[in-house]
Amino acid sequence: MAEPRRLSSLADEPAHVAAVEAGIVMRQAPLHAMVTLRGNAGDPVFLSGVREITGCDIPTDPCRAAMTTDHAVLWMGPDEWLVVAPPEAGTDLRQRLRDRLGDDRTAVVDVGDALAIISVGGPRARDLLAKGCTLDLHPRTFRPGHCANTLLAKAQVTLHQVDAAPTFSVFVSRSFAVYLWRWMLDAGLEYGVQVLQD
Amino acid sequence: MSRQSFRLEGGGRIDRARALGFTFNGKRYQGYAGDTLASALLANGVHLVGRSFKYHRPRGILTAGVEEPNALVQLETGAHSQPNIRATQIELYDGLTATSINAWPNVKWDLMAVNNRLGRLLPAGFYYKTFMWPRSWWMTYEKAIRRAAGLGRAPEAADPDRYERQNIHCDVLVVGGGPAGLATALAAGRTGARVVLVDQLPELGGSLLDESAGTGEAWRQSAVAELAAMDEVTCLTRTVVTGYFDHNFLIACESVTDHLGHTGAQPHLPRLKLWRIRAGQVVLATGAFERAIGFKGNDLPGVMLAGAIGTYHARYAVTPGREAVFFTNNDTAYAPAMAMAAGGARVKVADVRTEPGAVADRARAVGIEVLPGHAVVSAAGHRKVRGVMVASLGAEGQVGDPRYLRCDLVGMSGGWSPAVHLFSQSGGKLAWRAADACFIPGVPAQTTRVVGRANGTIGLSALMAEAHAAGADAAKDAGFSGSGDAPTLESDQPEQAPLQPFWSVPAKPKSERKHFVDFQNDVTVGDVRLANREGYRSVEHLKRYTTLGMGTDQGKLGNVPGLALLAEMQGVTVPEVGTTTFRAPFTPLNFGAMAGRDVGEFMDPARRTPMHDLHDEAGAVFEDVGQWKRPFYYPQPGEGKDEAVNRECRAVRNAVGMLDATTLGKIDLQGPDVPALLNRIYTNAWSKLEVGRSRYGLMLGEDGMVIDDGVTSRLGENHFLMTTTTGNAARILGWLEEWLQTEWPELKVYANSVTEQYAVAVIAGPKARDLLGEVTDLDLSADEFPFMSWREGTVAGIPARVFRISFSGELSYEINVPANHGAALWGALMETGEKHGITPYGTEAMHVLRAEKGYIIVGQDTDGTVTPLDLGMDWIVSKNKDFLGKRSLTREDTARTDRKQLVGLLTDDPQAVLPEGGQVVEELQDRPPMTMIGHVTSSYYSANLGRSIALALIKDGRQRMGDTLHIPQPLGGPTLSATVTETVFIDPDGSRLNG
Repeated sequence: MAEPRRLSSLADEPAHVAAVEAGIVMRQAPLHAMVTLRGNAGDPVFLSGVREITGCDIPTDPCRAAMTTDHAVLWMGPDEWLVVAPPEAGTDLRQRLRDRLGDDRTAVVDVGDALAIISVGGPRARDLLAKGCTLDLHPRTFRPGHCANTLLAKAQVTLHQVDAAPTFSVFVSRSFAVYLWRWMLDAGLEYGVQVLQD
Repeated sequence: MSRQSFRLEGGGRIDRARALGFTFNGKRYQGYAGDTLASALLANGVHLVGRSFKYHRPRGILTAGVEEPNALVQLETGAHSQPNIRATQIELYDGLTATSINAWPNVKWDLMAVNNRLGRLLPAGFYYKTFMWPRSWWMTYEKAIRRAAGLGRAPEAADPDRYERQNIHCDVLVVGGGPAGLATALAAGRTGARVVLVDQLPELGGSLLDESAGTGEAWRQSAVAELAAMDEVTCLTRTVVTGYFDHNFLIACESVTDHLGHTGAQPHLPRLKLWRIRAGQVVLATGAFERAIGFKGNDLPGVMLAGAIGTYHARYAVTPGREAVFFTNNDTAYAPAMAMAAGGARVKVADVRTEPGAVADRARAVGIEVLPGHAVVSAAGHRKVRGVMVASLGAEGQVGDPRYLRCDLVGMSGGWSPAVHLFSQSGGKLAWRAADACFIPGVPAQTTRVVGRANGTIGLSALMAEAHAAGADAAKDAGFSGSGDAPTLESDQPEQAPLQPFWSVPAKPKSERKHFVDFQNDVTVGDVRLANREGYRSVEHLKRYTTLGMGTDQGKLGNVPGLALLAEMQGVTVPEVGTTTFRAPFTPLNFGAMAGRDVGEFMDPARRTPMHDLHDEAGAVFEDVGQWKRPFYYPQPGEGKDEAVNRECRAVRNAVGMLDATTLGKIDLQGPDVPALLNRIYTNAWSKLEVGRSRYGLMLGEDGMVIDDGVTSRLGENHFLMTTTTGNAARILGWLEEWLQTEWPELKVYANSVTEQYAVAVIAGPKARDLLGEVTDLDLSADEFPFMSWREGTVAGIPARVFRISFSGELSYEINVPANHGAALWGALMETGEKHGITPYGTEAMHVLRAEKGYIIVGQDTDGTVTPLDLGMDWIVSKNKDFLGKRSLTREDTARTDRKQLVGLLTDDPQAVLPEGGQVVEELQDRPPMTMIGHVTSSYYSANLGRSIALALIKDGRQRMGDTLHIPQPLGGPTLSATVTETVFIDPDGSRLNG
């Protein structure tokens, strides 16, 4: 039997490009390995375990994300983080965290298939997001390394600013991904959208 | 095309090189770029632009701005048409088409103007009095009145334009871009604070735009340039702030392309953009509105506000007349009077003040005849003013002998009302300033400052100093400093003499019925007097009885004079009669702007499962389940819904069917205390569930009523997977979190939603095992993989968890794979299943199949008032442990044995399908009312049984087995009769399930 095809929630979305002069650059991020991690931020064993596997110091301040070149750990709540690893990490990520942290006082849950990641950047990226998000994304209040669970249009998302360009990663539940992708393309119409292919 | 014969030779901010053609009431005219529709009409000598609301009196352009009550037009036609747009705010574009509203057959010969003659019969409150009898005729009267007293028409076609909404945050919001607003924005902007400056005009400057040269214009240009160069300052022009709500949240509507007309619009740009502004500090620099004065015929076309005449003259190089009489109670009318005189017009000023002071001397010096202590008592003319009667006023208000002055223009000024609307909306209290006879902002309710004429401040230097200080203060409160020095803009306006409050010329009652206070609603001084005489002495009563202050202009002109007149009639001060509350919106707000892009596919998200496209290709009809799109049924060519559902149901019982069950809620539970949690939230016991096994559970609210059900499986010693109904997925996760966080923090359990992580394909039917056996490495024998257990393996090469559970009563496997593999799984099973007769089935077949088996659907067979015992599910309620809702089950009412209970119903006519929701009665009467003993909760035609089946909640149902009950259909259809049965219609011993 042929290798079954893994299809992202956005696999069939056409990459139509609205205008020549693009104020917005959008990209469907590749299928990352992701887990939801639950545990006690006051437990040094937990902290060192996560650091060992991801290379990141787990963020304990609200709405902050830690990043290395290939991993990110996003604060989702006082006892909850989203760990993002490169696609090749696969289900191995969960297993390594599980083996290292045990299953007594932590939870490690695969969510790599549950979430789609839309990358949005370009000089008008903040304006596009402001059409559907009530958070103040001005660089004085929302910077690289900041993240937030919020609403974008009518979808619940995790917003993570990756760099000062600015580039944002929008994490969205896969069932909303097509809706949100189309909404973002449409919201970007007035600025011009360039869709990058991997 | 007519000439612009009232256009001045030079001056103004219009672009004479760009002539624009437009059509008004079918006639072609020409104006210039920079004109408004109103200024272009006046340039062509057109004053008559509409008919009044009630009396259909001829009406002209009264103002030059947002407060315009008369010059409302229907702009454009067809889908792009907009009703009731103020001509004073429509920027002229080439090809513009507008028509008057409220005139039939046309504005010059309006047949409804007979109302004007009948005015005595249509006083204030007329529709409360006149059309009340006979009552049943009101519907007829109302239609006729609505047609007669109407505004514009809403477009009937779908709106083809694009609208946007956008959020914006700032430290300081400045509303109004006149001199005060500019000074405020500069002071705040220089500190580096984030500033948003909003103004309704295309250009910043406000009243400074009335000078096209000089020191004011020089300062304006430098201020605008400085603001434009500031990175953190955003200037929104053509934008009206229409609402000021709690927490300094304001909304503003920007014309992005609306002013270009639909031919100039670009499809990627919105027509309007609604800004949702969240500000740390708000400074209102919204200016002031000039007031009219009551005299007979003060609504004739050609009677205008004095300041508007000045604006048309200076900004648009239009003289609205050649022989003008100004009527004023303050100094401000003299500037436009002198401007007109300088332009060569013959000008007279009637000033109610006996000693008008220095300004009158300056006017006389340029050849203006000033009549101190005089009033205009009436205006003459048919569709345009031809002259006025002026008379002297005695100290006690007695009117002397009138004399006639010929004129084609009257400019009136009754003083100024600060535009306190937004301040009032914000919750701020107003204060009455007797000296200027106006309301000014009092105590603010939020971090709101008001500057300039909106604050009642008069004189350019005072106003600039105040605005600068407010901008600096606001920035400081937002954490910024460094505003620099206040701008010094020397005013050439000398000190002003005080105003003399004056609202309406004393006159006989008959005359007062033509002294208009609220022009849009045809409310006169006579109406106010009538209301007062009839006991409507409170301002709230006055408003509702006379309609003063209603309509699209919301009394921007009429409110204060109306209140002042009421106070005068009662012999009290204005604050004693109070003020009406100003509410949002400040100006009418376009529905398209409110909706933004929340239309079409963006109105509500459509949640898709990973197999969505395959369902679509298979021709599925989708059903909305919450936001999910679920296949309802899969019609084949020639099939209707019933045929398709029957075929799908037969396939499941006879071969194998496949259902997309991805949407089912899935909650991952981890931690050593999960069994303890399950014991508390489910009615049955969980401690002994082994790894690899699954169990059905029922959840109750604290009231003992069923809130959800589902299967939970033990994945590992400390790891469980709970399923919930599709619609309850989020709610049940919240329910668990609430108990874990607030009541049982000692339980070591983490709950996470994994609904989206797994795609689920259910295969059900006697051939399900054969099919699955071909594509899995699992041992499917009943001994190795019994009912209510789960195994981990691969299916079609994909890592999978397979649960042997069933919602159809058939041999059934629910195959869970990572969602990105969902489509591959579905495709592989369809392909391999072909030889087994695999049939995809939708939610309707799923419902029929479960009903055949008597399985409930929470929310359909239950409604929040149903206990497990009512459902006949006593077997699942543990007597040996505590759980949520347990105590409520022993409440007297809950423990009753004759509650409504779930039973089956089989109709006497096996082909008749009962209506779901149908009321069940025991004793049939000729007609309602009849005593109802329950209702039908589920009802289907069962192809497998060859007859209809139903479930119902019936009072004391279990004692009624075998009884015949009746289901009347009072809204149509025959009364049906049915026999009460058990709820399981198929395979009661479960041999299909366990095989």
